[in-house]
Amino acid sequence: MNFLRFSADQDPGANFGELLKRVGLSPFSTIPHSLLEDMPHATTCVAVRCIDGVVMGGDRRATSGNLISHRGMEKVVQADEFSGVAIAGAAGPAMEMVKLFQLQIEHYEKVEGQALSLEGKANQLSMFVRNNLPAAMQGLMVVPIFAGYDTDIGQGRIWDYDATGGRYEEKDFVATGSGQLHASTVLRVSWRRDITTTQAVELVSRALWEASDADSATGGPDLLRGIYPIVATITETGFSQIDDSTLASIYSTITTGVQQR
Amino acid sequence: MSMPYYVSPEQMMKDRADFARKGIARGRSLVAMQYQEGIAIIAENPSNTLRKISEIYDRIAFAGVGKYNEFDQLRVLGVRAADLKGYQFSREDVDARSLANQYAQMIGQVFTHEVKPLEVEILIAELGKSAETDQLFHVMFDGTVLDERNFIVIGGDPESIAHKIAQSFVASQSLRACISLARAALSPAEMPLAASDLEVAVLQRNGNRRCFKRITEAQLTNLLD
Repeated sequence: MNFLRFSADQDPGANFGELLKRVGLSPFSTIPHSLLEDMPHATTCVAVRCIDGVVMGGDRRATSGNLISHRGMEKVVQADEFSGVAIAGAAGPAMEMVKLFQLQIEHYEKVEGQALSLEGKANQLSMFVRNNLPAAMQGLMVVPIFAGYDTDIGQGRIWDYDATGGRYEEKDFVATGSGQLHASTVLRVSWRRDITTTQAVELVSRALWEASDADSATGGPDLLRGIYPIVATITETGFSQIDDSTLASIYSTITTGVQQR
Repeated sequence: MSMPYYVSPEQMMKDRADFARKGIARGRSLVAMQYQEGIAIIAENPSNTLRKISEIYDRIAFAGVGKYNEFDQLRVLGVRAADLKGYQFSREDVDARSLANQYAQMIGQVFTHEVKPLEVEILIAELGKSAETDQLFHVMFDGTVLDERNFIVIGGDPESIAHKIAQSFVASQSLRACISLARAALSPAEMPLAASDLEVAVLQRNGNRRCFKRITEAQLTNLLD
């Protein structure tokens, strides 16, 4: 552990990403093309606004080409008490980006003595995505969703991004990843502005189910191994992940429904 | 022709130490002590925005007395060093001992080499897995590090306050008892300090990753009743 002292024009302030650049540890650098083949990729993630806040969900599968490289990847991650990130894209840079984003939020809060606003966090994530652009151009695309409960206005908010760091706030729902089309169709058909948190959890689970049913890179509920998608709610009381037993019963209802079609 | 004047090294060190000590003694004191669920840090601080106590890492807290701008700068250096170390290695690798040593080196360096020594004393507290492994480090203005058990008092008039605390300190005290003990020890004889004159934060063994928690003025008023 070393104390680093910077001159006034070099001082990174509360920005952890800049601090990493100053010490030569920044993970955002170009990657040789030869390494890009068969990188694990992560897929479908969704976020839905409901009356009490937001619900996020993501499947657990990571693929390298036509192979399943991980069955238990966690693509929906808590960013801080009132927000979460869901990531689709190249698994390595995506996980690194999430880790860095979590650190950035905490670092800012500690250095400045108060937490960033939800909008500030969304903006920060967009800079991370933009910094990743050189790698995205080479195929290591990372496309996150950011969602959280805005304690200032007392409601949930969601943002999605494009590979260039473009940040778009959505009013109702958003889906990303290879199963995006299927998932967002389900959301579009069933989303209502007065949807409750419980209904939203079911809707998210169903959207992920339909995506996994039609997209080979999206994993469905794995009953054999007991691996279920990650679904989390973010409300006034903070981030909380839905436990597997609840998801198991939701998915058994869905599969029963599918059998009876 | 002017004569170059000579100051003996002993005299120079003594002058610097006196200068720093005076600066620190002008300020108010703060206390860190163990309680039932962890470590509580209680400072006399009428300001609600300029903090003396703050979070460095998951289980590490920082507190400073003396010149605000000087210890605040030290605080930021500590947060940076800790976050970088945690990022580079693992969160478990960030520890108070190495941080305290780093602070000691820097403060010691400034004390002997710079024009003006830092007029600060700092406290680094690390919450252990159990009360026995809690660590309290006190870094003085000249870079001396002291490893303390149970409680520390820094700034102002530490001897008399430490004496008062030692008389009724028990490590298994509740937070309420701990804060009222600290208040009694920090308050001048005539009138006890009010909730608005105190800044309190705890490192609490609560199973969460981040153990640092500020006690708000409302909670404090409630605890002091």
